[in-house]
Amino acid sequence: MSMYIIVVGGGNVGVQLTKRLIARGHEVLMLEKDSRQAQKLGNLLGEKHIMHGDGCDILTQKEAGFKRADIVVSVTGEDEDNLICCQLAKEVWSVNRVVARVNDPAHEAVFREIGIDDTVSATGIIFSLIDQQIASDELIPVGHLHKGHVEIVESVLSDRSRLVGKAVRDITLPQGSFIVYLFRDGNGMQVNGDTEFRTDDMVVAMVPSARAEELRTVFTDVNA
Amino acid sequence: MKVVILGCGRSGASLALQLASMDHSVTVIDRNPESLRRLGKTFPCRIVLGNGLDLDTLAKAEVNESDAFFAMTRGDNTNIMAAQIVKRNFGVERVAVKVADPLRAEAYRKLGLFTINAAALLAGMCRDWFLGAEFKPIDAYNVDVAEVER
Repeated sequence: MSMYIIVVGGGNVGVQLTKRLIARGHEVLMLEKDSRQAQKLGNLLGEKHIMHGDGCDILTQKEAGFKRADIVVSVTGEDEDNLICCQLAKEVWSVNRVVARVNDPAHEAVFREIGIDDTVSATGIIFSLIDQQIASDELIPVGHLHKGHVEIVESVLSDRSRLVGKAVRDITLPQGSFIVYLFRDGNGMQVNGDTEFRTDDMVVAMVPSARAEELRTVFTDVNA
Repeated sequence: MKVVILGCGRSGASLALQLASMDHSVTVIDRNPESLRRLGKTFPCRIVLGNGLDLDTLAKAEVNESDAFFAMTRGDNTNIMAAQIVKRNFGVERVAVKVADPLRAEAYRKLGLFTINAAALLAGMCRDWFLGAEFKPIDAYNVDVAEVER
């Protein structure tokens, strides 16, 4: 299905994204507020895919056709611009789906609170990858589903974990959360009630976001 | 009362000095130390250097304990985002936002922010001065700007 997608911000992220979306056959328009950069991108991506203008300006948004956009993606290097662009897209133009790049990971919660559910944070992703290397028995958020209402989390069990040696059926998990996958010795495994946890198991669980903290205590409870 | 002012430009600094001279406790946030010269030699305010969208900076300014917050930088988006963070994350109810773009000011006014648009005030007050009319409450100057057809 071909969609009309507006990409705001002609930096590296925006350019790579736009290229791929065009290749998929979508109708794509990129907004770039620097006129020289816009001209350069016009040559690179094709004139019809580039518009020079401020993606947070309501008149520019009108001209760009925010009203009929299926998705607006704001990927500038400034969180405030991405937030206001997406918020106006939702509130003024009733765009169904907005996606914002978040540069300061602390802003992810701010965006969600304001109602911008789909955020992407490179800093957050890279940080959690590094964090994963150094910390075990931590519950690491891997992603969100259903507009942030469901979290996918993973944890690597250390030898201090209270889960080690226990079977899945002996563990009390918060309501609505499930252990869905286990990675052990280089192999993925399905999990059932008999599955017994071992040290170094990588466990993937899904949990309603409201109960993520409860699940965290199940995983981070270690033997002193 | 305790107030926090984000942005020590002409309007932010002037507001800070006015409120401080009335013995309110004023904290000013600005990322540029140069801007603070606008507060004069004996500036009677607390200063926090930093980015006003940074949650740690806002916490350092003790926004959560303040009675009002003023977003007065020259960046409309910065002001609008800071205002929403302060309202939602720090629970401050009285928040005023300087917004230079009349359309954005109107859009966010409709979303419940107290936005102040200098262009609309200036135009309306010039009009009233010209007509010899009394100056009016702020709402009278927030005329609907060139209606955007949707």
